[in-house]
Amino acid sequence: MLRSVFQDVHVQSLMLAERACVYNMLINLMKTREAELKGLGPDFVFGFVQSMDGERDPRNLLLAFHIAKNILLQGYDLGTFTEELFEVTSCYYPIDFTPPPNDVNGITKEELILALRAVLTGTPKFSQFLLPLLIEKLDSDVQTAKLDALQTLAACVSQYEDQDLREFLEGLWMSLRREVFQTSSEKIESAALAALTALTSCLSRSVLSTDSEDILSTFLDLILRDCKHHLCEPDLKLVWPSAKLLQASCSASNRASYIITAAVMPSLIEQFHSRTQCSHRRTLLEVVHQFIRSVRTSQSVDIDESVFSEYRAALCSMVFSALSESNFSLQITATSVLSSLAQQTGLLLDSDIQLAVDHLTRLLLTEEDERVSSAVVQCAGAVAEQHPEAFITKMIPRLKEELFSDSTEASELQPGHAVHQRCLAALAAVSIQPSVVQESTPVLLQVLSSAHSGSSRFSVDEVVLACRSLQRIAEQVQDTEEAGQCFHDVIIPRLLSLALQAALQNEGPSGPGSPLTEEQILSAMVPVISTACSRLQPTMAGQTASRVVSLFLEGDVTFLPDNSFPSDLQLLKQQGALWSRSQLVCLLMACVCSLPRNVEVPQVEQLLSQLEELSCSCTHMLSYTSASKCFAGLINKTPLGDSLDSSVQRTMHRVCRELDCPSSPCRTQAFTLMVWLAKALLLRYHPLFSALTDKLFSLLDDPDLGLMAADSFSLLMSDTVDVLNHSCHADIRLMYRQRFFSVNSAKLVQGFSAAPQETKPNYLKALSNIVTQLPKQVQVSELPALLSLLLEALTCPDQGVQLSTLSFLEPVLLNPSAVFIQQLEALVSRLLVLVCSPAMKIRIASIRCIHALSQFPVHEVLPFRARVLRALAPPLDDRKRLVRREAVQARGEWFLLGSPVGR
Amino acid sequence: MSGGAQLENANPVIFQRSVERLLTASEEDEDVHDPIDDREIFDLIRSINDPEHPLSLEELNVVEEIRVKVNDAESTVSIEFTPTIPHCSMATLIGLSIKVKLLRSLPDRFKIDVRITPGTHASEDAVNKQLADKERVAAALENSSLLEVVNQCLSTRNS
Repeated sequence: MLRSVFQDVHVQSLMLAERACVYNMLINLMKTREAELKGLGPDFVFGFVQSMDGERDPRNLLLAFHIAKNILLQGYDLGTFTEELFEVTSCYYPIDFTPPPNDVNGITKEELILALRAVLTGTPKFSQFLLPLLIEKLDSDVQTAKLDALQTLAACVSQYEDQDLREFLEGLWMSLRREVFQTSSEKIESAALAALTALTSCLSRSVLSTDSEDILSTFLDLILRDCKHHLCEPDLKLVWPSAKLLQASCSASNRASYIITAAVMPSLIEQFHSRTQCSHRRTLLEVVHQFIRSVRTSQSVDIDESVFSEYRAALCSMVFSALSESNFSLQITATSVLSSLAQQTGLLLDSDIQLAVDHLTRLLLTEEDERVSSAVVQCAGAVAEQHPEAFITKMIPRLKEELFSDSTEASELQPGHAVHQRCLAALAAVSIQPSVVQESTPVLLQVLSSAHSGSSRFSVDEVVLACRSLQRIAEQVQDTEEAGQCFHDVIIPRLLSLALQAALQNEGPSGPGSPLTEEQILSAMVPVISTACSRLQPTMAGQTASRVVSLFLEGDVTFLPDNSFPSDLQLLKQQGALWSRSQLVCLLMACVCSLPRNVEVPQVEQLLSQLEELSCSCTHMLSYTSASKCFAGLINKTPLGDSLDSSVQRTMHRVCRELDCPSSPCRTQAFTLMVWLAKALLLRYHPLFSALTDKLFSLLDDPDLGLMAADSFSLLMSDTVDVLNHSCHADIRLMYRQRFFSVNSAKLVQGFSAAPQETKPNYLKALSNIVTQLPKQVQVSELPALLSLLLEALTCPDQGVQLSTLSFLEPVLLNPSAVFIQQLEALVSRLLVLVCSPAMKIRIASIRCIHALSQFPVHEVLPFRARVLRALAPPLDDRKRLVRREAVQARGEWFLLGSPVGR
Repeated sequence: MSGGAQLENANPVIFQRSVERLLTASEEDEDVHDPIDDREIFDLIRSINDPEHPLSLEELNVVEEIRVKVNDAESTVSIEFTPTIPHCSMATLIGLSIKVKLLRSLPDRFKIDVRITPGTHASEDAVNKQLADKERVAAALENSSLLEVVNQCLSTRNS
């Protein structure tokens, strides 16, 4: 049958649809009758070649490429027709196809490119035809052809053997070298480097035989000959491309990296020691660093010995000598080299690590430059992950000594402060292994307790930093039993005990004593506890939660250290005007709201009712806000059911009663509770949520609470840090923002048009709070409905509304949609007015929007060019530098408008 | 720039880029007036592309911060630039690019003076004279192909 198809049907004289029919027939036959087709031998291939010769329609080409790929992959006998098959497909290379604007077939250029590439790279038999073609395309001037050729090269060599490549190596190398040395775009450069890596790894697969030369080393010699001498000129341009080429081939295989490092390392090391200029030495060190990194990617697991073992001593001495320099960029580079070295398993000896830790500690304590010290802290973290012992024995004791020493310069506050800061940051950075955590956290706790006892010179900021360090440790430590015990049995009880002592002391006759009652410090303790409870050892966290709940409900203090508390604590009752005890509720929140959802909180009912009471009656802001948050966090995780519904309804009833009575003293508190409750329900799609939204909308017209209500929309829509987020295991449904918006946007627009003049800004503010938080696709799709309201918002005198609208518009303007183009005149004139706003931030934001407009389709914005350029002239002389900078950039882009380089 | 086209100076010396200007508290303060200073002018011109290499003028050390002088009160700017080699045929073009960049980025009140660092180019005087001549600069910018090359140097897209 096939023979008759091939003989009697002249495929290319048929119509498009019939040609497709022939191709589909071939595809089906190949699926079902593989053996028979193979029996036909080369005749089948020849028939196919004849039938696809001259095909022009992209749809049919995709089919034909598919057949050709199958012929190659399923091992059909090509016989003498190898070249014909190559010719008939390669004549389409490189693909240059732009789908017509009203394309219904949805065939893209990429699809065709990939299909053709699969054919061309399908068999090593094509190599003698394909490689010359690729070299020719590489030499062309068309950027896309170059890129395609490089990618095809990288794809094809993965199939090839070294014999296929042998005669083309020199030509390929010349082209690749030229692309990297005289590169015009990063894309092409990286494609060329990837192709070189693929090429080298193909050569590395070749089996060494005694009689032939080693083709890999011949090729690498070629590379080294052209590149190595450039490495000796560290201030010239070509040092970087050369290094990149060498690294690309170095990362291909273990053998390649041996050959290359043996050739370049000695000279790099020697030069580093002989050069005197810091910038040269830095460049050399940077090159060495990239070599270490490129080798890391190539190393397989089963090789224990690192490529660099031979140079260990020399590399270490290089790093240490750079660390002892006073040049900051040299030091920073050295720290990153050190981190990479430490990650090469088994490379560094204990003595090297000891020395490295000494250097790092010295820099930490003495170096003033912020960039250096942050690099040092980072490096310490990286090294400590692999080699914890040296840090336990050397660095932590030294840092502790520094923190608690009563040295003379203690009186000069400023330098002491910076040193303390660095010590605290370093303590956090090195604590990744539980064994280090055991040593570092006691030091941090000691900072807190000595701040509490008042005997030390730690400022509030430093105590906050100590808490941050604890938090960071809780975030990064490996979740082991050891670490869990450390946090749940030591750190959390200690923090609670300190906070409680401070609170009691504050109420005592001696008046305000301990800094640990400050809101700043308490808020810093919250994430420590919540991270530990959410992340480390769920069973222990459950235990901690039940202890904490009984502490707050019943005053059970047995688990706290330094146990000398009175029996009647009543932490959830406000004691008259005293708030230092009631504010501790934020610590309760940190613990119970962050538990994994399968861990149950004991006595929830009682806890909820006491929290409701506290949040509606307390007058201290931190106390009632934390109580509301805690309430919301618990409600969010309570399982569905009648008990949940009834407690929500009870609370809603109470809140509405307070809110409806204008003279009530607790309206703000009730409002806060309502917003947090609304958020908790919104996140989990609870049906009672809609009642709360309606209440919230009605409050936008309230003379006292209207502004707060408008602001609360941003709370509803944004992620919060301490509760109701993913890390606290809250119940958050996908796309709750979109849902909220689609349900409520109409109400908002209606409310705006019905509202009296004086409360209209509240609606605009609420709107901009909502839309700024929406995902981008939704923003773009909703724009047509909202744009007129947003343009209105730009003319609204409230600067907050202007600013939030501008910051919403700027990212949306970056991908222009048709709505903007219809309203361009209104948009431009409103933005240009704001360029002269008295507020700096508004000037900056509006200029950024104008900048974004310059990326619109040229024919749409060109009419505004002269007007915009004129309007942007005054900001060039603005009194604020930040405004001038934006104006310069925006004006520069508008000047380029209409010139080909512009776009 | 592919193919066989030979560059005048294929392997030039590269200099490190200076770090971004650090933001100070007074710059964020609404009430403080920030004067235009040398560094600000330098920031305007350091990122201009070289006509030959995919590098900025700063990386080739054609412009340096110490060769930028500004007087905000008297509204004057003077800049000296150093071609990479004494016979560089691009000197006029580089000077023109600097001049155009400043014309577009500074308020009208400034008088802008761009010249070659003394003793660094073979035809120094001729180039300086061209750059100082307002009418010749204006005429050069009327030439659309020349304007195109200047815009190429000033565009931020391909860097």
